[in-house]
Amino acid sequence: MKYICLGYIAEGKFESMPEAERNAAIDACFTYDDELRAKGHFAGGHGLQGPRTAATLRWENDGVVVTDGPYAETKEQLGGILILEARDLNHAIQIMSKHPGVKMGPFEIRPAADLDGMIRESEERRA
Amino acid sequence: MPETAEVRERLEALYREESGRVLATLIRLLGDFDLAEDAVHDAFAAALERWPRDGIPDNPRAWLVSAGRFKAIDTLRRRAQFDAAQEHLADELEGRMESANPDGGVEDDHLRLIFTCCHPALSPEARVALTLREVCGLTTEEIARAFLVSPPALAQRIVRAKARIRDERIPYQVPSSDELPGRLGTVLQVVYLVFNEGYSASSGDSLTRPDLSAEAIRLGRVLVALLPDPEVLGLLALMLLQESRRAARTSPDGELVTLENQDRSLWDRALIAEGLALVDRAMRLGAFGPYTLQAAVAAEHARTLEASETNWPRIVTLYTELLRFTPSPVVELNRAVAVAMADGPVEGLALVDQLLERGELRDYHLLHATRADFLRRLGCRDEARLAYDEALRLTQQEPERRFLEKRLRELKAEKFKKIFAALSKSRPAIRSALETRTTQTGDIE
Repeated sequence: MKYICLGYIAEGKFESMPEAERNAAIDACFTYDDELRAKGHFAGGHGLQGPRTAATLRWENDGVVVTDGPYAETKEQLGGILILEARDLNHAIQIMSKHPGVKMGPFEIRPAADLDGMIRESEERRA
Repeated sequence: MPETAEVRERLEALYREESGRVLATLIRLLGDFDLAEDAVHDAFAAALERWPRDGIPDNPRAWLVSAGRFKAIDTLRRRAQFDAAQEHLADELEGRMESANPDGGVEDDHLRLIFTCCHPALSPEARVALTLREVCGLTTEEIARAFLVSPPALAQRIVRAKARIRDERIPYQVPSSDELPGRLGTVLQVVYLVFNEGYSASSGDSLTRPDLSAEAIRLGRVLVALLPDPEVLGLLALMLLQESRRAARTSPDGELVTLENQDRSLWDRALIAEGLALVDRAMRLGAFGPYTLQAAVAAEHARTLEASETNWPRIVTLYTELLRFTPSPVVELNRAVAVAMADGPVEGLALVDQLLERGELRDYHLLHATRADFLRRLGCRDEARLAYDEALRLTQQEPERRFLEKRLRELKAEKFKKIFAALSKSRPAIRSALETRTTQTGDIE
């Protein structure tokens, strides 16, 4: 079963850390990611550039409106995503609880949705 | 050398049959649920890599346990790079493992795991969830679906239970003989709850839910093999006898068929034979209790080929005996149903009215539904309608509500043809709900 782990971090938190501390945190995260890869838990993922680089598209008055910045304006921003292969939700929780990244900001763990049925039905409608 | 496909197939079978035992042993060796779970996963992954090259070992389980514990030490050493405490833990673990016998008492490990998951310090809900996940190997999502809880809520329950086991240092052991009777009670209760959930969840929905009854029976067999106490035999007997009726309990169109109307040729004779033998064994051992008595009630039905030949007086006697062990108003209600069958609805109604007067079950919708049924059988339509109204008012569940509303509409339209059973012809989901609420799965059916 795949779980999408959304890692949040307060804007500027990373930049405000002393360099040595920051490096240690980064090294710990990547070491753990390697461990997850070695065990077949790491099914993909990416860090994200800061929320200021984000563009948000929205449908308004019959047209697309583009705004600067992320969709939700909160203190904690999406910092990266990790796709995790785990036996079940508790297994995912267990694995991510040990991820050093959780010390920097919260993780949201969401099971991947199986859209096969929906895609099949859509294909039938479009055929 | 074996083919990779062959190894994969073998490993899948091993995972199904042995991962619970491997986990149980690793928990003992590592002293940590989560670390042990990771180690099981790593051990199977290592086997997939190594066995095609090195061949399948003579004792796969011992190989997996051994691989698992080395993987766990590796994991701790890797983490020690960032967390000095882990280094100490790894050293300690390595020392402990040298003295521990990995393959000794594997069956005991399984039993230890069951007793730990069913520890009285955990809430009953947590015991059930933990047992299904750690002993039966179901996923959090499957358990959540079966118990109609959200997966995150159930996940939390499991996380908390494990934290509790760790923080309160709940020992990983089979209780001593003086503690055993009490502790065995919570284990049997968990198995019983799992079975009931599966028993009532059966029918058309079983494809989308884990087969909890089968898991409970599997657990029951494990317990009988490890600890053949009369009540352990009685519980397995009860489950097998109830399970034997599965095929007959629903009609082809998914309606629930009551015990009285079941095609008894559909009952599983092999399960019945096994169940009856176990009841006899439990009874002969003496010192039996409520599970054996409930099994004896189920055995009366299982032995009877025609519903009309049911030995209701004997069932009343068994319920009377059961009341000595578990003096619960719910058992009394079940007994009242048996009395109504043995002596007629007037006698049944008198017992139910007494119960109602005592007030304990005043807010229990099934009491009112049963009462309504007796009244209906006696032709007291107005009073029956009032009782159905009361049952309807008290029911919390939407499916039950729909069932009772239907009954009431029928009563109002005076379309009742059948005399027996307020609970007959109910839809499976409603029956499930009703049965789950009673502590007896016996003959209210």
